Amino acid sequence: MPKKKAPRKPKLAVWKFASCDGCQLSLLDCEDELLAIADAIDIAYFPEATRAVVRGPYDVSLVEGSITTSHDAERIHKIRRASKHLVTIGACATAGGIQALRNFQNVNEFISLVYAQPQYIETLKVSTPISYHVFVDYELHGCPINKVQLVEVLNAFLNNRRPVIPSHSVCVECKRQGTVCVMVAHGTPCLGPVTHAGCGALCPAYNRGCYGCYGPNDSPNTTSLADRFEHLGLDHAGIARSFRTFNANAAAFRHESEAHEHNI
Amino acid sequence: MSTTSKPKRTRTLKVDYLARVEGEGALYIKIKGDTVTDAELRIFEPPRFFEAFMRGRMFTEIPDITARICGICPIAYQMGASYAMEDACGVSVVGPIRDLRHLIYCGEWIESHALHVFMLHAPDFLGYQDVIALAKDHPDIAQMGLRLKKIGNDVMTMLGGREIHPINPRVGGFYRAPSRKELNTLVEDLTWARQASIDTLKFTATLPFPDFEQDYEFVALRHEDEYAILEGRLVSNRGLDVPIHEFLDHAYEEHVPHSTSLHAAMKGRGAYMVGPLARYNLNFDKLVPIAQKAALEVGLGRECRNPFKSIMVRSVELIHACDVALDLIENYEQPPRPYIDVKPRAGTGVGCTEAPRGICWHRYTIDDTGIVQDARIVPPTSQNQKVMESDMRHFVEQNLDLPHDDLQWQCEQGIRNYDPCISCSCHFLKLHVERE
Repeated sequence: MPKKKAPRKPKLAVWKFASCDGCQLSLLDCEDELLAIADAIDIAYFPEATRAVVRGPYDVSLVEGSITTSHDAERIHKIRRASKHLVTIGACATAGGIQALRNFQNVNEFISLVYAQPQYIETLKVSTPISYHVFVDYELHGCPINKVQLVEVLNAFLNNRRPVIPSHSVCVECKRQGTVCVMVAHGTPCLGPVTHAGCGALCPAYNRGCYGCYGPNDSPNTTSLADRFEHLGLDHAGIARSFRTFNANAAAFRHESEAHEHNI
Repeated sequence: MSTTSKPKRTRTLKVDYLARVEGEGALYIKIKGDTVTDAELRIFEPPRFFEAFMRGRMFTEIPDITARICGICPIAYQMGASYAMEDACGVSVVGPIRDLRHLIYCGEWIESHALHVFMLHAPDFLGYQDVIALAKDHPDIAQMGLRLKKIGNDVMTMLGGREIHPINPRVGGFYRAPSRKELNTLVEDLTWARQASIDTLKFTATLPFPDFEQDYEFVALRHEDEYAILEGRLVSNRGLDVPIHEFLDHAYEEHVPHSTSLHAAMKGRGAYMVGPLARYNLNFDKLVPIAQKAALEVGLGRECRNPFKSIMVRSVELIHACDVALDLIENYEQPPRPYIDVKPRAGTGVGCTEAPRGICWHRYTIDDTGIVQDARIVPPTSQNQKVMESDMRHFVEQNLDLPHDDLQWQCEQGIRNYDPCISCSCHFLKLHVERE
């Protein structure tokens, strides 16, 4: 029988921009699956985990973090060119992250507040998601992402299918789990109705309102929810702050926070 | 290794993107003849300006925000911020709620130390690029490390809701306290983990260590009753013994051109070290007996000044964290309420805890409605930067005869001794060694 050549393993690269490293850590947090994943794919570039570097092109690039420097704005284009599929992971890469709070203020004031020698610091005025700069094949939301969903996305792209990730709201997850609604039962402001599912509706299960770390869901009615928050006693500043956290720059959340900011 | 005379020349060693560290940094070393003329840890992690955008936020929102400084040690940032807010508001968390804080922090130590010992540091000693290559030759060691790490994550998930950016800790305590029964589900795994940590220490004791001892000023928290994690006074082996509020009377931060992370130093004395080695040297007497015994049995001694041996010290701390976690669970009584009320009042508060990488210091000023007016955080990696640079300088001067690639790899390893968290310190790592 002729010897069959082993199929080439798909090449995975993991890239970092402005971020906390938490989303790429999710891959290392797949303790039970990690060695099997490393068996099925070639981890070609992943500096947090390995010194070894395999040249591109890469079958799948996972991109963590947001663009905040002109150097990074150029680097992302090189990564796009070297990647067959580019998947962004986490709130920084998909929406700009917590560092996008600068987008609402003057970044020069920020620099002088943190650094004694502002002239050493080079940064852009705004923090932007990766999709603002290059075409993105898939966005996986969350601050941090859900590692089970990450494995699903990798699996899907390596097998040429679309990932199965629900885009409904956190409310649906609560109902499925039988978690009592914290807003209805306790009057606790909760972003669940407008927030993308994926975390497993953790916060309400721990007796607190959702704070929107997975960003807006598909068709969020943020205005209606903000009205409800007002009835629950939040002032405009409080409402603006609640939409202005880890996905502050996601369009639906940004518009809602700006609407209330103007009423403060 | 050759010891023949070398031509007098200048050369550079450089690592453009340091691997197996958390965040982005580079190392640049310039050598002229037998002298290192430059040793720079270049940190180019883009700044994220946490201290600036926390101004104007409600004090209760801060632990959720500071968690995002670091995906590897979010508990350190949540706890430092919570203690500081409670300090500003004049309350303190004691009893079972404090025990839960201690327990979730042990979970973070176990997760972070297991990650570093097995996945980031051990491959260097055995000549592997990463843990996956290590796993092919030593599957038992890799599996043990992964299971240990997972158990740390399980503790964090049980108490925090999830291991990265936990949602349960809050100013005043927790949103929800687990039942005794829930915590008991961790006992079997933690009992295994305690023994696995002893085996980890025995394994790390067999690794080849460069002969490299330095005279450091160690700085750590010290607590009367325990190996300090949550609270204590700031002490050093050179006479520092102050409450955490006086930290900035004795230490300062400076901004250097090659780093987006500020460099910290002690006034009048200079570089100091924080982290596992500092804690071990200052607080050996407070480690649980089983950890002390295991350390002495493998010949570590009560003092350790070789930063490469930090992998052994982390293993000792793994034993400690597992044993303390088991003790906390055994003695746990579910509190009637998971948190205490914290009413805002105008003032300034300070919090300082022992992150896996060393002391993480926070200070906030809030107004009478709880809005943050000012924020200041001194993370562990920015405090270790000067020591990392001086280690590189001395290590390279002692090892000029090593072939370039070996020297470069050992320099990278020398940086990884500190488990630097560049994302945290900003504010970190590539190696660039220049020899003229």
